[in-house]
Amino acid sequence: MKFGVVVFPGSNCDRDMQDALQNDLNKEVIMLWHKDKDLSMFSTEDCIVLPGGFSYGDYLRCGAIARFSPMMQSVIDFAKMGGKVLGVCNGFQILCESHLLPGVLLQNANQQFICKNVYISNNATGALKIPIAHGEGRYFANDAVLDELEKNNQVIFRYSDAAGLIDTQFNPNGAVRNIAGIRNKEGNVFGMMPHPERATSALLNNLDGKKVFEFLGLN
Amino acid sequence: MTYNVQIKVMPLKDLLDPQGKAVLGGLKNLGITSVEDVRVGKHITLQIEAASEAAARSVAEEASKKLLSNPVMEFFEIEFVN
Amino acid sequence: MDITVKTAEELRLTAEEFELIQQKLGRTPNFTELCAFSGMWSEHCSYKNSIKWLKTLPRSGGRMLVAAGEENAGLMDMGNGWGVVFKIESHNHPSAIEPFQGAATGVGGIQRDIFTMGARPIASLNSLRFGNITDKKTQRLLSGVVKGIGHYGNCFGVPTVGGEVYFEECYHTNPLVNAMSVGIMQANKMVSATAKGTGNPVIYVGSATGKDGIGGASFASANITEESAEELPAVQVGDPFQEKKLLEACLEVIETGAVVGMQDMGAAGIICSTAEMSAKGEVGMRIDLDKVPMRQKNMKAWELLLSESQERMLMVVEKGREQEVIDVFEKWDLSCSTIGEVTDDGLLKFYMHGELEAEIPAYELVLGGGAPQYTREYKEPAYFEKINAFDINNVTDINAADIKATAEQLIQIPNIASKRWVYTQYDSMVGAANASTNAPSDAAIVLAKGTDKALAVTVDCNSKYVFANPYVGGMIAVAEAARNIVCSGGEPLGVTNCLNFGNPYNPEVYYQFVKAVTGMGDACKKFNTPVTGGNVSFYNQNPEGPVYPTPTIGMVGVIDEFENRMTLDYKQAGDVIILLGKQQNDIASSEYLHKLKGVEYSPVPHFDLDKEFALQQFVANIIKEKLINSAHDLSEGGLLIALLEKGFNRDLGFEINATTDGIRNDAYWFGEAQSRVVVSCSKQQAEVLQQKAKAAGIAFTQLGTVTTDAITINNESWGSITVWKEKYDTAIEKLLK
Repeated sequence: MKFGVVVFPGSNCDRDMQDALQNDLNKEVIMLWHKDKDLSMFSTEDCIVLPGGFSYGDYLRCGAIARFSPMMQSVIDFAKMGGKVLGVCNGFQILCESHLLPGVLLQNANQQFICKNVYISNNATGALKIPIAHGEGRYFANDAVLDELEKNNQVIFRYSDAAGLIDTQFNPNGAVRNIAGIRNKEGNVFGMMPHPERATSALLNNLDGKKVFEFLGLN
Repeated sequence: MTYNVQIKVMPLKDLLDPQGKAVLGGLKNLGITSVEDVRVGKHITLQIEAASEAAARSVAEEASKKLLSNPVMEFFEIEFVN
Repeated sequence: MDITVKTAEELRLTAEEFELIQQKLGRTPNFTELCAFSGMWSEHCSYKNSIKWLKTLPRSGGRMLVAAGEENAGLMDMGNGWGVVFKIESHNHPSAIEPFQGAATGVGGIQRDIFTMGARPIASLNSLRFGNITDKKTQRLLSGVVKGIGHYGNCFGVPTVGGEVYFEECYHTNPLVNAMSVGIMQANKMVSATAKGTGNPVIYVGSATGKDGIGGASFASANITEESAEELPAVQVGDPFQEKKLLEACLEVIETGAVVGMQDMGAAGIICSTAEMSAKGEVGMRIDLDKVPMRQKNMKAWELLLSESQERMLMVVEKGREQEVIDVFEKWDLSCSTIGEVTDDGLLKFYMHGELEAEIPAYELVLGGGAPQYTREYKEPAYFEKINAFDINNVTDINAADIKATAEQLIQIPNIASKRWVYTQYDSMVGAANASTNAPSDAAIVLAKGTDKALAVTVDCNSKYVFANPYVGGMIAVAEAARNIVCSGGEPLGVTNCLNFGNPYNPEVYYQFVKAVTGMGDACKKFNTPVTGGNVSFYNQNPEGPVYPTPTIGMVGVIDEFENRMTLDYKQAGDVIILLGKQQNDIASSEYLHKLKGVEYSPVPHFDLDKEFALQQFVANIIKEKLINSAHDLSEGGLLIALLEKGFNRDLGFEINATTDGIRNDAYWFGEAQSRVVVSCSKQQAEVLQQKAKAAGIAFTQLGTVTTDAITINNESWGSITVWKEKYDTAIEKLLK
């Protein structure tokens, strides 16, 4: 399984993602420039990653301008063919703006940028310690969409405590139903606010990020 | 009575507006090339209970000066809609 | 327009300086030329009132690769061909006027100093000082500055890994915002800020020039009064997105090998970058100002020369290779324009609409060239009398029964309490290289990716100590920074300093400056940490007087082998807790004395440079010999605060049995005498350590043991560590609600 990491102007976790995938997960990684369109070197078994950062400065709305870049047109087509796509942080915002994932990411409830370790959980992984770093990470969708997400088991991570207890007091940004990450109905497009690529190195004393990639089938 | 007041807060004319600049770039990428300049500001609506329009205006001005705009970087315009 | 002394004075030049300019040019300058001098001879660009003393600092030696002042920032040898570039700079006055943009552009400016040399910034730090935190104005400034730093740094994508925040009345009107950046590069790829090669094109890159911060260089050199706050329209707006593109493009363009020299445009924009690059290369430049990208219409020559629009760089490129450079900038959607060429006559000639607007020898404008250098008077400040009158016996000691209550108060003092509210607003982890997130240490540890090394970085200055005794306080600032690096397992490499003082024309202020610089210099020599550069910020004044003298020290150390990294927190219950360094009967200038007892004037805490050095050598050795599991130095709040802080990361408590041996209770637990470090280790290690300490002449006190949760001091139960942690973590948040 090969990875492509898209570099938008203003991406700043692109190199971190590359490092994590190449050095910590031993994957082949190809960096993709936003002005290019060519994804012919990838099959639908491969994965395109939209990394974190501030694409186009996150001006207007996070992800709104990046969505229209030439590479994103190809990524959208790739996803529709069933190719795997992972968006982390700003990448998640871009996926929502592109309508590859439902919902939207609003400004954090406390109206501040928040960077810290949080715990995220699901039934399969238990609680994982993963950093967040965002100003607009409060996931929101209307109840009908949320019910649909839950019905189809599309919520991949929720904010919890270290023991896996999911409760609003452990929700750093006010995300509806504690949602930290979701996937599409088909199960090939994933978006999450926390940064697994920041937790894959023993030197940083946190390897929980590897378990995120494993859970997503991206290992 | 209650006055509906709309306040437009914009970056000062001569000041760099990074947001406007990025949006302009985005429009160009989309092929909308005839746009020459973009500036992004805020639109704020207030409902003010006051005895007269003049009184409401002075409240709106005070609010705009003290909080809604930062005079070092922004100017504001007040408009009554009722 | 007639150019007279009055014009010069309006541009904040003195009559003598105007005279000097006329002499140097052999004629009366025109307005544009006078503006050029005004910008270049401002305090900010010329260091005219400080350079005499800055030259006394150790500016070479150690692992220094580029001597101080020669490039935009200092370059030091990390080994294996890698270099570390670092610098700290102030943005105090802009932040006082517009805290968000002021702080943001401060962060942006310092990053450019690093990447203009070809280094990739990997860590940011900052040192902030505000007035009383309960004051509404302070809260507005604090919130704006923190948001501004976050806005710029988070988007730019360099982690903010360390810093300090202090709250003291004297910073009420004039907060201090000092930003530091650290970058790494292959040392042989350094790009110099030098113009060379007659006929080589001069290329302008980045944002278009607007009327931003015009005269900002002069503005930075003037007292802030209520009026000047009103009169100055021009704040600079930072665009971190633009700067991020500029970073990537500059590093890419350097790889082409076509770049001869490069400098960022900061204070005094185009005039400063053209003058400094030309003077250094002993060349001139012919610049066509019409070709400068402009954001506004009808800009005048002097406005273009002085504008401080952000996110711009000037580079000199090998003739014939312009296209390679232009291609890279086009790839990044950055505008770039050839605005002139290098000449061999040493003259800066600026043309507009075909007319020669200004003609000045580059040499005459710059520091080290024609810019004036002054020797200022200084005299011992009158307030020293009050400091000398301090007598510890006039302060009632606390009873043993009150130690706990005092600790409870101290742990919640804003200067001591957790700065969590501040630092969680900064992206501290982008770059996936901050090794301190999950393993805290006294200095922040950042992996230098691409090498097998790590850096230990810190900023430190307790300005209250400097106020009490500028010479010793200056030494302590350096010593504390070195101690933090040593306690983290690093070897101190070098220093960058940000010297924040009041009005240099006030002899008492200048005394503080001279003595603090001398003290710093002496300490830097002792620790073999040369000063690689930095910045001087004068005129930090409130209506009531100057701020505390604040020579902020940014220090960088290297960790050659990552396994020698040391952390500050207790590791497991049962470990022995040991104090290294001698207890003193001293409460001078402590947070306890100042904030709880209300005594503002007291001497500097006990400090002996030789003993400090010996302690640091000892700690460095026992870390390498793997004799300890944690090390944390004592600073604000003294011993008890350090003991508590060591417990917070793993929720471990401690049991201490201490005999104070004739030392006052307050001095023993809360005194801030220097040169003390608390370590923890296993029982077996403790025995070896005791022998080693004895042999090395280091005071060794076994204080107690680490517990699973409970804190017990001299048999009194203090409750769970988690309760103390909650108080520590939330104190500032509660004050801001």
